[in-house]
Amino acid sequence: MKSTFSVFALITLALLSFGLYQALVAAPTEQTMGEVQRIFYYHVPSAWTAFLCFIANFAASIVYLARRNPKADAFALSTAEVGVVFCTIVLVTGPIWARPVWGIWWTWDARLTSTLVLWLIYVSYLVLRRYTSGGQSPVLASALAVFGFVDVIFVYMAIRWFRTQHPQPVVGGGANAGIDPHMLFALLVNFAAFAALASLVVWIRYRLERLRQQVEEAHALKAIAAGPPLRRAAR
Amino acid sequence: MKWVYAAYAAAWAIHIAYLMALTRGFQRVRDDIEDLEQ
Repeated sequence: MKSTFSVFALITLALLSFGLYQALVAAPTEQTMGEVQRIFYYHVPSAWTAFLCFIANFAASIVYLARRNPKADAFALSTAEVGVVFCTIVLVTGPIWARPVWGIWWTWDARLTSTLVLWLIYVSYLVLRRYTSGGQSPVLASALAVFGFVDVIFVYMAIRWFRTQHPQPVVGGGANAGIDPHMLFALLVNFAAFAALASLVVWIRYRLERLRQQVEEAHALKAIAAGPPLRRAAR
Repeated sequence: MKWVYAAYAAAWAIHIAYLMALTRGFQRVRDDIEDLEQ
């Protein structure tokens, strides 16, 4: 298990380095925006990776609601947390690109607003998990995740359904969409690298959550073995 | 290029901060296990 993890970590590191080279050096400079367009190679793959994490969270939440399986709960929590990390990167790199290109950091168009709402939904999920206790906490969080997932679809479709200031899709955007093949290669390499990084971090986070669940169970068993506080005082 | 470097640096700062939070999480669980064993 440990050697599989190390090999996967090395592959991820190699992909990230190659992705960085592709984004900063190999990909051609865009004609109208210039060098600032290179933010695209981190911004878009981060968004796609966040979507993947939220899709996995949705599936794990349904499994948890159906079977009350603690492994599904640990996986749902791990994917939500990693998804929020990638979504945060999207919300930070987007305005850094918008400032020199649009002249403003932010605008309340459908894509940007729905992405901010998506981030808030999954942060609420994490806050709910962190600050509530008892057996109902994972159930409530799973229900929130199932309803929250609707916004993932909305964010993806927002630039197709509405006229937005956010650029139209260059991949999967219909007949008029398209991108230079070298740019597409750089984009896909970075997506592969970020997806690999997300899998690795979800793996680590899942192991941490399972350990935490086992420690919590051991604490509960220890408390039961010690007996109720009154009986302990009477001894 | 300053905007590109700023965006890339911000992305990696977020990843590194999260990995550090995970390390602290493992440390806390390790402390809990030591408490249980006592």
